[in-house]
Order: sequence, then C-alpha cells, then structure tokens
Amino acid sequence: MSVPRYWREIPSRYRLIGSKCVNCGKTYFPPRRVCRECGSVNLEEVKLSEQGRIITWATVYDPPRGFEKYVPYIVAIVELDDGTRIMTQITDCEPDEIQIGTRVYAVFRKIREEGESGIIYYGYKFKPLK
Amino acid sequence: MTKEAGIIGYGAYIPIYRIKACEIGKIWGNYNGHVPIMEKAVAGIDEDLVTISVEAAKYAIRRAKIDPKEIGAVYIGTESKPYAVKPSGTIVAEAIGATPLVVTADFEFACKAGTEAFQACIDHVLSGRIKYAMAIGADTAQGRPGDQLEYTAASGGAAFIFTKRSNKTLAYCEGAVSFVTDTPDFWRRAHEHYPMHAERFTGEPAYFYHIINSVKTLMENMGLKPSDFKYAVFHQPNTKFPVKVAKKLGFTMDQIKPGLLSPYIGNCYAGSSLVGFAATLDVANPGDRILLASYGSGAGSDAFSFVVQDIILEKRNPIPSVRDMIGVRKYIDYSTYVKFRGKIRA
Repeated sequence: MSVPRYWREIPSRYRLIGSKCVNCGKTYFPPRRVCRECGSVNLEEVKLSEQGRIITWATVYDPPRGFEKYVPYIVAIVELDDGTRIMTQITDCEPDEIQIGTRVYAVFRKIREEGESGIIYYGYKFKPLK
Repeated sequence: MTKEAGIIGYGAYIPIYRIKACEIGKIWGNYNGHVPIMEKAVAGIDEDLVTISVEAAKYAIRRAKIDPKEIGAVYIGTESKPYAVKPSGTIVAEAIGATPLVVTADFEFACKAGTEAFQACIDHVLSGRIKYAMAIGADTAQGRPGDQLEYTAASGGAAFIFTKRSNKTLAYCEGAVSFVTDTPDFWRRAHEHYPMHAERFTGEPAYFYHIINSVKTLMENMGLKPSDFKYAVFHQPNTKFPVKVAKKLGFTMDQIKPGLLSPYIGNCYAGSSLVGFAATLDVANPGDRILLASYGSGAGSDAFSFVVQDIILEKRNPIPSVRDMIGVRKYIDYSTYVKFRGKIRA
C-alpha cells in the first residue's frame, strides 16, 4: 500500500468512519460514494459501532507479503451492532477461543510495517469481549 | 477563577500477555527463584506505544464523557517511540478524533515522562488557553536479554484528561513539585536497542534520593504529613524499591497497596506510576488525598497531591478497572516473548 493511500484511509482505518445513504439508510464500510441499494449519491459520513459479533472467520497460515510475522492470524467478517458488516482481523486470541456469534469489540493495533525503516500501518482490529 | 486543575477522565491499558519472571530466569540459569517480580505484562506482536496509548485514551474519554474535538493538547511521555522522527502524539490524536486543532508532543524523561506531561497539561488548563488537555504515560519497555532489566521491563500505560477543577472533575491537584539533578543512572544511546544502567547506583543516589526529596518538599510546602494521605503511589521499577521508599518516608503498606502493581505487571516505565495512580483512583472515595511520586532516570522525581471528588463514584462503571485488566491474562513462554518483542533480528 502506498503512503498516500494509507493517509487517505486514516478516518476509516483509525475511527471506523463509514458512510450512510441519506435516502435509504444503508451503511457501508469502507465508505462508498454511491449507494448500492438505491443508487443515491447523497451519502454522509457515519461513525460505526465498535461492537459486534462474528459472522464467519478463517485462520490464515499462508499470508500475503508483509503479514508473515503475525501468522497464524484470524480474519473474520463481523456484523457491527448497527448492522454494518466489516472484514477484520481478530486479535489477542487463538482460533479455538472464538466461534460464529462470538461478541467482539474494536481495538487499535498495528496492521503491518514496511520493514524496519518504512511506515507503520495502524488501524482497527477486533477482539473477543471477556 | 479556580487555581486548581482537575482530572475529568482517566483510563489505563495493560496488554493481556504475561511472562513469569521464573520463565525468564530459567533461560538465563537463574533457578534459585530470586526474581524481582512475579510476572510482567508483554505487548502483543501488533501492539506498541501508540496502540497502548490509544486504548488508554479511549477509556479516559469514555470516563470523561467529553467530545474529543474539545481536547486541545495530547502529550505522550515515553521512551518507546515507534518512530525516531515522527510524533506518536499525532497518531494518537487522530485515532481518538482530537485533530486538527490540537497541540501534540512526545515527552522524554525516562520513567517520569508521563508526569512531565501532567505538569504541562496542568499549566495549559490553568492558563485558560486549553479546555481539556490529555497526558499519557506509556511504554513498551525493553531489557537486554539476560540483563536484570529483562525481568521487569514491561508494557502498559495510562491516560488522564485535565481541565479546570469543577464538580465534574473526579480529583483535583492541590500541589506539585519537581526535583531534578544530572544523575547518570540509566541511559540509552542513539541507535541502541537496549538501555544501559549503573546497577546498584540506580538505588540510593538515584531512585531514593530524588523521590524522597520531591515528596518531602511537597509535604513541607503544603504542610502535610504522610498520615494526611489515604493512598500513595510511587514509581515501581521492581517490588522492593516502592515498598522501601514508602517506609523511609513514613507511609504504610495499606497506603501503597492499591497502586502497587509491579509484582503483577512489571515496570511499564513512563506508565508505571500512572497505572498505579489509575488503580488507586479505581478504589478511592471522595475526600481521599493521594500522593503520586514518579521517578525518571537521568534523573528526577515529580510529586503531586491529588484530592478525590464526589463524582468519582459515578465514573467507575462500565469501564474495566486496572485490576480487572490485570486479571485478564495469557501466559507466554520465552520463545513467544522474544518473537513478540522483536528480539530476533536477521
């Protein structure tokens, strides 16, 4: 990922800012400019819920470049309490500690680093509610 | 106009991973059980100073019940900056939603960098220029493999939001003293991964001399004695030093017990005394007076006297207490620890 792209996505990556269609109420993450449901271009920024439940998940053992040191890690689709679905890593837990329906909440973590001298990418992950 | 600054919100964060001191001792041939603490908190592989600061800051904002846009200063005291050149404060301020009308800086004074941030925030809010100012003390401390510091160097931090004293603040600061000299007891040169220390020299002329003088000066200035304080929190490089300095100053174990966390989480450096202070606020009642005394190598100590206010009772739930966080833990072995802490270098 380029540094400018990371910078552009900071509001959504740091603070879970999504978009909401003013016309039909559908919320999106990452934010969209056009509503997929009704075609409206009248969308506004919205702060999404920081809690939700796991819809489905998988454990990654063969990661894309840059994620090697985090293996094995869990990637999940989480349905937030406001109904928005989000793709996220699940952290601070092992695969046998979660199941479909597990309640999770958002935390701020390192996503990956561009080696020892490059930029550090921060953003949201989720972890199980204890 | 009030002449006192108060705390409107605070939050702490302790990573869930722990390594037992005896697990470290086993690796380095120390089988006799003579270790300075029981276990320490270890940052996960995706955690660093910034992530710890953000989690603590988010709890502080929830407790303060304020709009983060009203926070005019975010200061982080630490010696674990992930970037040598690029402020950590901007990342934290962005993550909590305090940007762009905010002043940020990273403070450095070994383990008392967090209370350096306290001093700046208190003066900011009293000047009237800034409504809310956030001070964070946090670290992901590193000890050289096999060194005594490896047993205790830990991860954690706490955030405090200051504003002028009112009936919305949960504690107010009634006095502060800084006591500083040039004492080279502990240092890390540029580009070095691990700090060096002067072994036993870190005790009497460093830790004890500075804390005793800052606390005695504070008490003399304010006409207070140890029995006037319900609780006291000292910097905690191990278990022995804070207990010993409390005894030397005339404080009892009952006074320091709520904030004495080093046996369970180790020394989270700039976060050490602040996490202890947060744990003490978790149990304090209105009217209680709390002494907070940090220590930073190099060297200096900041001593503060805080008085707890009525609203603290309403600000506890549903935010987890420091003791709750300490109770949620996962033990790791030494090999996982060296991976998490980046001690394996190609």
